[in-house]
Amino acid sequence: MKKPEVIVIDYGVGNLLSVQRGLEKCGAKVIVTCNPKIILDGNRVVMPGVGAFSNAMKALKDLGLIVVLNELAKRKTPLLGICLGMQLLLDESEEFGMTKGLGLIPGRVIPVPNQTNTGKKQKIPHIGWSSLQNSHSKGWGNTLLQNNKPGDDAYFVHSFMAVPSDSNNLIAECNYGGIKIAAMIGKDQITGCQFHPEKSGEVGLEILRNFCVN
Amino acid sequence: MSNIRLIARLDIKGPNLIKGIHLEGLRIIGLPNEYALKYYLQGADELIYMDCVASLYGRNKLSDIIMAAAKDIFIPMTVGGGIRSVDDATAALRVGADKIAVNTAAVANPKLISDIAQRFGNQCMVLSIEAKQVGKDRWEVYTDNGREHTGLDVIEWAKYGVSMGAGEILLTSVDNEGTRKGYDIPLVKAVSAAVDVPLIASGGMGRPEDLLAVVDADADGIAMADILHYNRVVISDIRTLAENEGLSVRYYEKT
Repeated sequence: MKKPEVIVIDYGVGNLLSVQRGLEKCGAKVIVTCNPKIILDGNRVVMPGVGAFSNAMKALKDLGLIVVLNELAKRKTPLLGICLGMQLLLDESEEFGMTKGLGLIPGRVIPVPNQTNTGKKQKIPHIGWSSLQNSHSKGWGNTLLQNNKPGDDAYFVHSFMAVPSDSNNLIAECNYGGIKIAAMIGKDQITGCQFHPEKSGEVGLEILRNFCVN
Repeated sequence: MSNIRLIARLDIKGPNLIKGIHLEGLRIIGLPNEYALKYYLQGADELIYMDCVASLYGRNKLSDIIMAAAKDIFIPMTVGGGIRSVDDATAALRVGADKIAVNTAAVANPKLISDIAQRFGNQCMVLSIEAKQVGKDRWEVYTDNGREHTGLDVIEWAKYGVSMGAGEILLTSVDNEGTRKGYDIPLVKAVSAAVDVPLIASGGMGRPEDLLAVVDADADGIAMADILHYNRVVISDIRTLAENEGLSVRYYEKT
């Protein structure tokens, strides 16, 4: 059988090797590139990312990738955004003043509250393993979580969080000090994970496996 | 609060996993990645690789080890020891590290903390602090693996480091390290209360029960070395104890 091919967008941010190795572990042939033409022709595209929202948007713009990502959405090419790569999918972010995002999934990005829901000090960034809870009215069938179960723990590391404006686009949440955080969002063929599937052991590899085959 | 993180700490010298007492008298344990893989499969939540002699010799040989680990290990990896510049940090991230721990070079040049944080985000910048007690509720910052004293107060340095952009603190008690007598609880409590970023306690875990006091002192993660390397316990023993004591830990199904 031919290996599924996955493009990982290299726009100068983050630990690309781990994403690549995770996808390879799931049987994919991985191409890491910033070349707009190659990305546009991809069957499956992953947008990783750590760092600051505005820097990332600027990098995407400078590389001519904003148009490409919009076109991928139109073509319904499966696209997976991870961590900052997920946040970029939304309309705008409050990180360092208001910055416009890709607007592929309606909603915004706000700071993780530094107090719990009972008013106690909450440590920021949110770093660690939190369990994925079902927040999708239709369940996890037909999502990248279809082989996972509520309660599976995934690894998060972030200071900002996505708030999708349409709850239909919210697939999974986690609970941080009583605050509900969007863990996975999705619309059509576009999925975003706030956690790192490539750093979440078998739970995460299962998600990447689903992305590679569906 | 998140699940308490159970972290395996691998101190590296050249190609070897080593272990000392008070960060000295290093003994060779074995090959780092054999242990790393074992801990991954046991359900470690995270790994810390610390190159013990990199600061001394100004070299970092850890890249090959990290790169090999990233093939089979899919949990977060923090890499420290001998990181002196943004370029060093970039190189470590490129071979598969998720977070960078900086101690000696940050003391020499605190701006390195903000440089790394601005480039890769606060979450990537771990301030590693080696602390030695110098009086009641007073600890001094040490560098170069507990060899060089700095005159800096641990609490003040932790606060300053966080204000410069450190997103996490790896707090090693030089006094307790390798002694198996438990974590330095007053130290953990004092630093955790002073900062609002996650804190990993390191040094002294002798038995699974040592977890309880350090979580009570508000640590977010515990680093373990000796207790795991000498097979005195496996990670699931600690997870089970935590569960029985009502502490939240990552759910890990043995595969």
